[in-house]
Amino acid sequence: MHPITLTHILFVSTALFFIGMFGLFTRRNMITLLMAVELILNSVNINFVAFNKYLYPGKLDGVFFAIFIITIAAAEAAVAIAIIINLFRSHHSIDVEDASEMKY
Amino acid sequence: MNLSLLIILPTLTAISVLFCKGLKQVRTVSLIGASAQFLSSVGLLMVYWKERAAGNGSQFLFETNISWFAPLNIHYHVGVDGISVAMILLTAFVVIAGVLVSWTQETLNKEFFFLLLLLSVGAYGYFLSLDLFTLFFFLEVAVIPKYLLIGIWGSGKKEYSAMKLALMLMAGSALVFVGLMGLYFNTHVNGVHSFDMVEISKLHIDPEIQNLFFPFAFVGFGIFTALFPFHTWVPDGHSSAPTAASMFLAGISMKLGGYGCLRVATYLMPDAAHYYAPVIILLATIAIIYGAFATMMQKDLKYINAYSSVSHCGFVLLGIGMLTQTSINGAVLQMVSHGLMTALFFAAIGMIYSRTHTRMVQHLGGLLKVMPFISTIFVIAGLCSLGLPGFSGFVAEVTVFVGSWQNPDQWYRLATILACASIVVTAVYILRAAGRSVMGPITDSHFNGLADASWSEKLAAGILITGIVAIGVAPFWIYQLIGPGTEFIVQHFGKFVTLK
Amino acid sequence: MSHMNPYVYIAFIPLLPLFVFLLLGLFGRRYFKTSSGTTGTISLLVTAALSIYAAYQYFFVSGKTDGVYQKIIAMKYTWLQFSPNVSIDMGIILDPISVMMIVVVSFVSLMVHIFSLGYMKGEERFATYFAFLSLFTFSMLGLVLSSNIFQIYIFWELVGVSSYLLIGFYFEKPSAVAASKKAFIVTRFADLGFLVGILILAFYSGTLDFGVLISRLTSLQSPEFLAITSASFMGASMLTWGLVLVFIGGAGKSAMFPLHVWLPDAMEGPTPVSALIHAATMVVAGVFLVARLFPVFCFDPSALQVVTYTGVFSALIAAVIACTQTDIKRILAFSTMSQIGFMMFALGVSQYGGEQGLGYMASMFHLFTHAFFKSLLFLCAGAVIHLVHSNNMKDMGGLRKIMPVTHISFLIACLAISGIPPFSGFFSKEDILLAAYHSNKLVYAIAVFTSALTAFYMFRLYYAIFWSKGVPSSAAPHGEAAMSMKIPLVILAVCSLLGGFVPIASWVTSDGLPLHTGIDMAFSALPVLLALGGITLATYLYKSENDRPEKIASSLGSFYKLVYHKFYIDEVYLFITKKIIFNCIGAPAAWIDKHIVDGFMNLLASVTEKISYLIKGMQSGKLQNYALYFFCGIVGLAVLFIYITHN
Repeated sequence: MHPITLTHILFVSTALFFIGMFGLFTRRNMITLLMAVELILNSVNINFVAFNKYLYPGKLDGVFFAIFIITIAAAEAAVAIAIIINLFRSHHSIDVEDASEMKY
Repeated sequence: MNLSLLIILPTLTAISVLFCKGLKQVRTVSLIGASAQFLSSVGLLMVYWKERAAGNGSQFLFETNISWFAPLNIHYHVGVDGISVAMILLTAFVVIAGVLVSWTQETLNKEFFFLLLLLSVGAYGYFLSLDLFTLFFFLEVAVIPKYLLIGIWGSGKKEYSAMKLALMLMAGSALVFVGLMGLYFNTHVNGVHSFDMVEISKLHIDPEIQNLFFPFAFVGFGIFTALFPFHTWVPDGHSSAPTAASMFLAGISMKLGGYGCLRVATYLMPDAAHYYAPVIILLATIAIIYGAFATMMQKDLKYINAYSSVSHCGFVLLGIGMLTQTSINGAVLQMVSHGLMTALFFAAIGMIYSRTHTRMVQHLGGLLKVMPFISTIFVIAGLCSLGLPGFSGFVAEVTVFVGSWQNPDQWYRLATILACASIVVTAVYILRAAGRSVMGPITDSHFNGLADASWSEKLAAGILITGIVAIGVAPFWIYQLIGPGTEFIVQHFGKFVTLK
Repeated sequence: MSHMNPYVYIAFIPLLPLFVFLLLGLFGRRYFKTSSGTTGTISLLVTAALSIYAAYQYFFVSGKTDGVYQKIIAMKYTWLQFSPNVSIDMGIILDPISVMMIVVVSFVSLMVHIFSLGYMKGEERFATYFAFLSLFTFSMLGLVLSSNIFQIYIFWELVGVSSYLLIGFYFEKPSAVAASKKAFIVTRFADLGFLVGILILAFYSGTLDFGVLISRLTSLQSPEFLAITSASFMGASMLTWGLVLVFIGGAGKSAMFPLHVWLPDAMEGPTPVSALIHAATMVVAGVFLVARLFPVFCFDPSALQVVTYTGVFSALIAAVIACTQTDIKRILAFSTMSQIGFMMFALGVSQYGGEQGLGYMASMFHLFTHAFFKSLLFLCAGAVIHLVHSNNMKDMGGLRKIMPVTHISFLIACLAISGIPPFSGFFSKEDILLAAYHSNKLVYAIAVFTSALTAFYMFRLYYAIFWSKGVPSSAAPHGEAAMSMKIPLVILAVCSLLGGFVPIASWVTSDGLPLHTGIDMAFSALPVLLALGGITLATYLYKSENDRPEKIASSLGSFYKLVYHKFYIDEVYLFITKKIIFNCIGAPAAWIDKHIVDGFMNLLASVTEKISYLIKGMQSGKLQNYALYFFCGIVGLAVLFIYITHN
């Protein structure tokens, strides 16, 4: 059994990041978009924790940042859902393509 | 005398206008403010003379120098020499006349007068500044109100004109800014960069640097003063602007450019001025001749005056380009003279337009019969424009001609002769305009009932004509005023430049 | 400038009319509605009295030193100091010509003022008229008294503008407006030459002061003289250029060919104005200018040649044209042009000093006598026009019966201009012809022919007005004009009769020394006989109505038509200005400005606009697009960052 190296973990987080990216670019549903953003944020969290564990085992900075991001993500989810609800009220849709008034 | 008074007074007036209610209050406050400016400008002239008579020979008088933003070495540095005093007097004359001709400005009167006064703040500050940064600051203050004045209260294709004017003047400002930065970063006074004109003038900036930055500064300021081929904002801007704004625009704003060309570009970069003189003279000569011929074909009175301004401002640039003391005196005189004359011209055109509702030469006729006063000031403005002795235009043009002729280069002589030839073309278009619009039979029966000038219009015209005649009949006083100022500028050439 | 000098009062001679101008111009409409005429006339009376006193003082009391009339600078103030040596000074110079001119100008102006009291009565702009007359008188007096070449230019422009204002006095008449415009522009064009000439002369002599300028440019050793004669441009020395250009200015004002086109049209102004400005005073300013610079002209024979031939050609061509015209004022205008041509070529054939300077004296003498008889002719014409309300001689005839005073005055003036002894014109014209005879036979021949023609066309005019037919029905019933109009006629008639006996020769000469002239019977016989012949011919053709003139006109055919249309010079000018300058210079300039220069600015703006239209699609409002740009940007930056850190 090989030990789990940093590279493996980075592979997972990169995969997660790009899955999130893919979701962000292809999905129309704003809830799904929000979930995609969560995926991206979590991939970053994994990176932080992994780098902390493998490169600076004596420190906790990475972990702090991860917790910080989780907090932000929670707040962001609240704001985003509030926006989505408001959009739904005015547009009767949560399709991101329908909310494109803010152009030129 | 504390020069800041001249900036504070119009600022206070502008602010107090904002607290007024109704046209009557607004115009009364504006007139009081403008009169106060007028009196303090005349007072400045008096104390200036007193100081000079007392033997004060320094270049700038009444200097105030306060550090404004130390990290960049920006100072609030004001002071006057004869040239600035002349320009300040011009501003005061035009401002008070402008307020008076706007006496019945009903729509958005508060904002209108506020912007006019704001423009005058910019002009005063500009002419007083000895620090390049504050100079630039006030230049910008003077630009923005024009956009609004034309865009809101203008006539005809006002949006287009306002935008054109603002964009071209902004482009000019941008070029000026590059020029100023070039000066700033190439001067070291006590180890720091300096914006101070007095300090910079004592240094000898590397000629190559001068040659690099001079075009930026000169063309930038030149755009303000209708340098060919960047003059096209002038006709559109002037003709769309309301009367008072046209007067300010042609009377003051175009002079900002001429003053900058002289005080900043030419004075601070004498080697480059000498190097680029042929180009300046070429462009100025083109502007004079071509502007005059283009004027001849115009049919709108405002366009006629605007194009003639292109031609007349060419004399300012020609005088500066010739680099002799007499020609530079002529350039300054031409700025003052043209400012007063063109303000009078626009005032007369505005009065005619407000009554007849047309400015087209072919629709007008016989106005001398129904409104003798307005027609007379129109003719006087025209005669001043064509350089009749007794009016300021003659003194200024003749000084430019004699000064230009002192420069012995053959090609410059040719340019001078061409410039002289423009007086004939000027006579053609002025007399055509006057002959068609104010003389001849009355073309439209509804002209018969029109009223002549009101007291405020008469007063405005009277003030401007007083200025024009005071220079035209007794030019020696203004000569003594600006003489020492231009002498410093010319000595500066002597120090750094060897004239051919 | 000494305060003890006895001529200080001369300053009031021009200043008094200036004061009256300001008074009437500013307050005339309100406070001097009816009294402006008397105000102006009284002030002119004072001015004329002062001028005559000045002449008395100069010619008889204190003008001479060692028997030579001196140039006296009565006062001088610096007006505009261009540079330490070059300044425009407002000064007063007294020398024989300026003293003679102030007398002529103020005297004729006084006569015209008195005449105008009656002639302009009831005009709505009565006060304005007298204000303008005063302005003109001020300017003209200032012109002749100028001690500085730029001062003369200043007053030169001022007389030009007074002339403009007075020609256009009836501003509701489009023809008057057009004529005033034409007069101003043509003379302005000539003034351009004058201005450049001043710049050349002033640059080489280093001064604008007449005295210094003349002394520097007339001493063969002075560095200024050497410089100006050695420098040359297109084969002529700068001295020639300077003088010829100054002469162009003079030719414009004095209506010399080809710059004469404005003068006939200028007759649109009120007739007394024509008498003052376009006959006696302003139009001779060009002659005066050449006389003022005469010492310098003497050093340049080629410039003098130009003056001579311009003068004699103008004299001839104007006389020929005058024979065919029918507007009485235009005939007088052409005769003015012709007579000024005489004065011009008299200067041209003259030289400096002594007997050689006869032409100069003759020119000034003719200027003096011409002022009287020509203003008289115009005032008579004014009286006639006042009566019949027409300028055309076809509407006149037989007027001798109802206006005897005008008739006799006109006859005296005609005899004077024709050079019949002992009328004033005879003496001055004889001197001119004598000077021409000694200098240039061709000029002499043309001059004698012209003077015979003069007699012919003047008597043609005389007969057409006063004889020919019966009294026209259009004549106003009130008979001859008011007393105020008759008095000047009588005074001027006396002057025309006796003016020849004024000893101008001993006062006004090129070098200030008296010149002795006598009448040479043998020499005078030919011109006088020819003039009499001209009169006889006119009597034969025009005394009573007949068809002989038409027969002659039709036998001359196209030549007559050519002359009648004034050699189509006006048409040529119209073609040049309207067709060539307006269409080939003005219109393209305006077009280029609108479409190319401004078009370029608009192009810049529209290119900016186009580009922003092109890229505005990026701002789609679609969230995912923005995220994609953001992502690409980040990737790009990351790649760049890696690239930079790894190299």
